[in-house]
Amino acid sequence: MRTVLHPTRRRVSWNRLTLYGVLVVVVALFALLGDFEKIQRNFFKIDVARQMFPKVLTIAAKNTIIATLLSFSLGLVLALGLAIMKRSTIRPYRWFATGYIELFRGLPALVTIILIAFGLPIAFGWKIPGGTLGKGCIGLGIVAAAYMAETIRAGIEAVPRGQMEAARSLGMSKGTAMTFVVLPQAFRIIIPPLTNELVLLIKDTSLFFVIGTTPASKELTKFARDSMTSAINATPLTVVALVYLIITLPLTYMVRRLERAAGKGRR
Amino acid sequence: MNEAPPIEIRDLHKSFGKLEVLRGIDFEIAAGEVVCIIGPSGSGKSTLLRCVNRLEEPTAGTVLVEGEDMTDPYADVDALRSKIGMVFQQFNLFPHLDVLKNLTIAQRKVLKRSEEEAVDVATRMLERVGLSDKIAEYPLRLSGGQQQRVAIARALCMNPDMMLFDEPTSALDPELIGEVLDVMRLLASEGMTMIVVTHEMGFAQHVADRIVFMDEGVIVEQGPPERVLLDPQHERTRLFLRAVKHD
Repeated sequence: MRTVLHPTRRRVSWNRLTLYGVLVVVVALFALLGDFEKIQRNFFKIDVARQMFPKVLTIAAKNTIIATLLSFSLGLVLALGLAIMKRSTIRPYRWFATGYIELFRGLPALVTIILIAFGLPIAFGWKIPGGTLGKGCIGLGIVAAAYMAETIRAGIEAVPRGQMEAARSLGMSKGTAMTFVVLPQAFRIIIPPLTNELVLLIKDTSLFFVIGTTPASKELTKFARDSMTSAINATPLTVVALVYLIITLPLTYMVRRLERAAGKGRR
Repeated sequence: MNEAPPIEIRDLHKSFGKLEVLRGIDFEIAAGEVVCIIGPSGSGKSTLLRCVNRLEEPTAGTVLVEGEDMTDPYADVDALRSKIGMVFQQFNLFPHLDVLKNLTIAQRKVLKRSEEEAVDVATRMLERVGLSDKIAEYPLRLSGGQQQRVAIARALCMNPDMMLFDEPTSALDPELIGEVLDVMRLLASEGMTMIVVTHEMGFAQHVADRIVFMDEGVIVEQGPPERVLLDPQHERTRLFLRAVKHD
């Protein structure tokens, strides 16, 4: 056995050595050729960063978070309706839900947002309430619903059929059984994927920049762009990237923990 | 309770696609009677039970519950169901709720009882099945036998006029079967109307007032336990009993 093992091990270590070698070369090239002074001046300029505070938090980050929560809530409510329609025994409801889901998953979110913000007002003279935030959140919520509907449906179907049967056998109506027995269990199962959707939404609120904004309604990306233009410097991008990460990393970390906990719970 | 029999079934048929599982069942149960349904797997025993409270939609025939037509599209199925307790092979307790909530939720939502009354009833029923100390536990932390006893208590909380048991001990480890059968025996002695689909021949022999043997979607024979079990009239019954006694 040992005679067989030795050559393999040697070959593996040669592979590793090559990989380390490549790494060293790349890092060395970067260190030698990179213009660190320029990078520092353009991406990490302290006084440009300092000028962004406190507005980057009090306005931009706040708007991003509000927009995310509003879109998510709207999306969740619509998605719940769609998921239940998709399971309906009445065919036209199923068709509608399927059509909706395929349509808005197939379109770029930007197209839907533009449709809500400009298309509908131009076509019908509608005034979408809530300004930038309102238009954007409705658009994004509509898109998010299409994704979340499938997740919720999968969650409902993951709850054993016996649960619905037991509830019905106790005399509960379909709606009562759904609300108090099936959905609470379904949501427990789908918290991780829903949180993922929330993280995606945080990033998608950056699409709101196409709608046009007032100073009070800028979200993070728009805020960074405007700061870049006035400072003629890329540092705002760095600052905003950090703010995004501060919001998203805890959430992705939480998802990983929840998934691990769920895996354990299932024995 | 009114004078109509608790359950009256006339010419019941049930098909799943091309497969005809029930092929003309006539069945009646008197108040306070305990009926055990036995028969090989696939004979339609569980389907019959599930048609009684319309968890399965019968293909043809009628099911009368206390004289009211369960199969009538305008029947208040939910109200009729709350008179029929059902116990499942897989217990089907609600895992996201603790034992107390499992016992009170339908009382609150269906019978619209007050919280105090629901808790009071739940506490008493839990006592009857001997699990008062588990009131705050979550179902998955209980043994199978305890879960099934909680499931029985949950059904009893609705003050049902009758109870259906769908192979209540088939998913249990052998040493846990006794405690569930004891609870069922207690219910029978208190005069509960019961239909029990079971493979427990001992229980059937000693507790049942009548045994129904089903095979291939029909009732082959029925009668008092000693007659059906000890002196079966049909060849199919004899074959089944011989196979069961073998193990």
